Order: sequence, then C-alpha cells, then structure tokens
Amino acid sequence: MARFGMAIDTRRCVGCMDCVVACKTENQIPEGYCRNWVVQEVRGALPELQMEIRSERCNHCDDAPCVSACPTGASHVEPLGQTVQIDKELCVGCKACLAACPYGARSIHPDGTADKCTFCLHRVEKGDEPACVAVCPCRALHFGDLDDPKSEVARLIASRPHHTLLPEAGTGPRIVYLT
Amino acid sequence: MFELTTSRANEMIDPALHVWGWEVPVYLFLGGLVAGMMIISGYFLLRGNGTRRDTVTYLLPILGIVFLTVGMLALFFDLEHKLHVWRFYTTFRITSPMSWGSWILLLVYPTMAAQILLRPPAWLFAHVPGVEALSRRVAAVPRAAGVIAIANFALGTLLGLYTGVLLSTLGARPLWNSALLGPLFLFSGLSAAAAFVHLVARDPDERLLLARADNVFLGSELLVVALFLIGLVTSTRAHAQAAALFLGGPYTALFWVFVVGIGLVIPLIIQSLATSHRIQHTPVAPLLVLAGGLLLRFVIVYAGQASHWSI
Repeated sequence: MARFGMAIDTRRCVGCMDCVVACKTENQIPEGYCRNWVVQEVRGALPELQMEIRSERCNHCDDAPCVSACPTGASHVEPLGQTVQIDKELCVGCKACLAACPYGARSIHPDGTADKCTFCLHRVEKGDEPACVAVCPCRALHFGDLDDPKSEVARLIASRPHHTLLPEAGTGPRIVYLT
Repeated sequence: MFELTTSRANEMIDPALHVWGWEVPVYLFLGGLVAGMMIISGYFLLRGNGTRRDTVTYLLPILGIVFLTVGMLALFFDLEHKLHVWRFYTTFRITSPMSWGSWILLLVYPTMAAQILLRPPAWLFAHVPGVEALSRRVAAVPRAAGVIAIANFALGTLLGLYTGVLLSTLGARPLWNSALLGPLFLFSGLSAAAAFVHLVARDPDERLLLARADNVFLGSELLVVALFLIGLVTSTRAHAQAAALFLGGPYTALFWVFVVGIGLVIPLIIQSLATSHRIQHTPVAPLLVLAGGLLLRFVIVYAGQASHWSI
C-alpha cells in the first residue's frame, strides 16, 4: 500500500508563497486561514548565518496524534496513500486534534469543523499532483510514495541530506526537508 | 541568533495555541467535583448500608446531577459544530479519552439517579410522577444499596481520573503530558467534593468527618503537585520549559499564590486547626478549596496550551 509523503527542497524554495495561494484557490480556503504556509528560519551569528525557507503543512504523520485524540473517528487514516484526512460529517469541532498536533497544522474552518491539508487527494485520485506541488515555479516540492524506492521522493530522500520537523515528538512526520 | 518568521496566522493556533477557553476548565472542575461527590457518597452509602439519611449519601447525587449538567452544558458551548454533538455516541474510540469520557458521562447519570431513587426526597415524590414506582422497583433489587454504592464509587473514580487523562494524552503539550495529571485532578475533585459537604452539611459530625477527609485529600494533592513538577523538570527540554511556566514564567504567581497557597496550603492549615478543635469550623476554608480547584483547572488548561515542542 502506498505511503504518500513529500520531499521539499529547501535549497530551491525562495518563499514566493505560490504554494499557499494555489492551496487557497484549489481548496477554497476562507480569507484569514491557510492549510499551508511558508516559514523562514535564520540561525547563527554574522558572518555565519544560515537561512532555511520551508513550505510547511500537515505532516500526515505515520503515528498521527490527531487521529488518536479524535473522539468520533472524523480524523482518520485514508487507505489511499495512508494519508490523514477529516470526515467533516463526523467532526463535532471539539478541537482535541488541534491540541494534539505539535505542528499547529490544523485550524477550525468557519463551518465549525477541523481543517487541514489533504494532500489534495481529490486531485491525486485523478492522477494529478497536489496543487502546491503543481504550481511551484522552482520545482522545490515533490510528492509521491515514500515506500516506492523508484519514486522521485524516495530517490531524493535517499540521495540528499534531509530532516523532518520535531522528530522528537515521535509522530513520524512524512514531510521531509532536503537541505 | 534564532529567528522564525511564518506566514501562518490561523485563528486559535497563532501566535500560540488557544483552542480552549473558560468552558473546558469549568467542565473539568465540575466533572472532578461530581466525581468526588460520587466517590464520597458511594463510600458512605456502602458503609451506612443505605440506612443513613444524610447530606453525603442522599443530597450529593441530586446536586451531582445538577453540577454535571452545568458542566456538560459548558462543554457543549465549547463545541464548534454543535449540531454534530450526537456523533460522540455513534462510535467508541479506544485511543481517545474524550470518547471514553462521553460514554462514562452517559453511565454517570443513571448511576447517580439510582442512588437518588434509593431514598428520594419528599419534593421529588410530589413533583415528578413515577418516582415512587421507580423507587420501589430499585429498593426491591437484592442488595441494591451495595451495588449502587460500588457503581458510584467506581464510576466516580473513572470520571475523576479521565478529566486529567484527557489532557495528559495530548503529547503535543508538554505541560499536560504527565500521567500524574489524572491523580492530581482526582484528588482535587475529591477535595472539592469534601469541601462542598463541609460547606452545606447541617450535621456537625458529618462536617467534621469531611473536613478531616479533606485534609487528607489536600495533603495528597500537594504531594502530587510536587511530583508532577519534579517529573516535568527532570524530563526533556520541552517538558522542563513547560514546568518553567510555573517556575519563574508567566503563570508563576497565579500558580503558587492562588492555586497552591490560597487554594491548598491555607485551607489545609485552617481545617487542621478546626479538626483539632483549636479554632471554630469556618466556611472560609472550604470556599478557598473550591475556588482553588476551579483555578487549578484554569491554570493547567491555559498554561498547557502555552507549552509546546520547539523547532
């Protein structure tokens, strides 16, 4: 069974926010909310400064705490790509998943249900890439099956130095940042 | 230098998590108080074998139902999609303490109602049709009082523990991520319930007994608070940073002065003096215990949301 994930090339990303705009457009995200965002991290001291620009979103964790915390089964693992999805019909808006996510990847949609990145599963089902991946002008975002050694994401992760966010939280994040 | 700039500004998430407001601490306090009431009333019902007609055994279940309903109403206000509230009862999620809690709450009502039916007050007979028949049916069950007492004791313990476990399983919030939060809220609930009886009971013996019990609960709670902080400080950096919210951080004064000082230590001193007959019993001590219990939930819920793993 496929295990979808992303490899995001921080050396290519320029922080143009096209991914954010594409997501908002594709998924009709209301004003003031976002399912993905851009972070700029600066470390060190002059002249040894390091900067990393990251396009961030839900990590579709292998051991997703939001799924464990959900009292109604609204947050669940979808068989397609083992991605973490929300069934809006089951969501009561208790916000346990928001509190359970160490990444702050979820929000409450104005309709009262939890909301987050879906990896654009509606596009992936049709053979397309997620909207953010498709529009990235720098080709910094790569999407695919992490368990398929022949996939582009798996090859990139195998060949490049990389890291994930908060590995110490033990959630098994599937967004991998190439450095 | 370490600087993080983000384009994200989602409501309730940024700049710091603030998903739960006053509703959740109020519910956790009332849930804990009712849990304590069930344990105390169950215990005394078992000891008195249903013959004692006192505050503890017969008034607490009635007030418990009222308090729990207020608490659940607060919880309902907190839901962002209220029309879907019934979805809690279409499934049972073993990994979700919130799911456990919703089912426990459903069992708590009939258990407390059964205790009321053992010896319903006269006004209930007069105003609610069918109470008499139901009461007779409950009394006809062999060893009804014992069964109801044990059920109250067991469910009260589960309810009290769950209010803490609910938060402690959320590993993304290091302050909450301690197994001691369950016992802490259980002792706090027991202490609040004992203080409540101390406050309302007319029988001086009952008052004295519950004040003594409250001293034990307050002492135990202080011990659990100490262990809770020791556990956090000696754990990972994220947990130590969470403990620092109470040890020099923004919640220090609130926690030590109001929760620990005014809510635990001062009432413990006053009640110890009263139970050893050095001073008169005063409603000040139980009132402080109740206020301290409520504030404990507020401080833990708010500070917990401010604690996080850092990149």
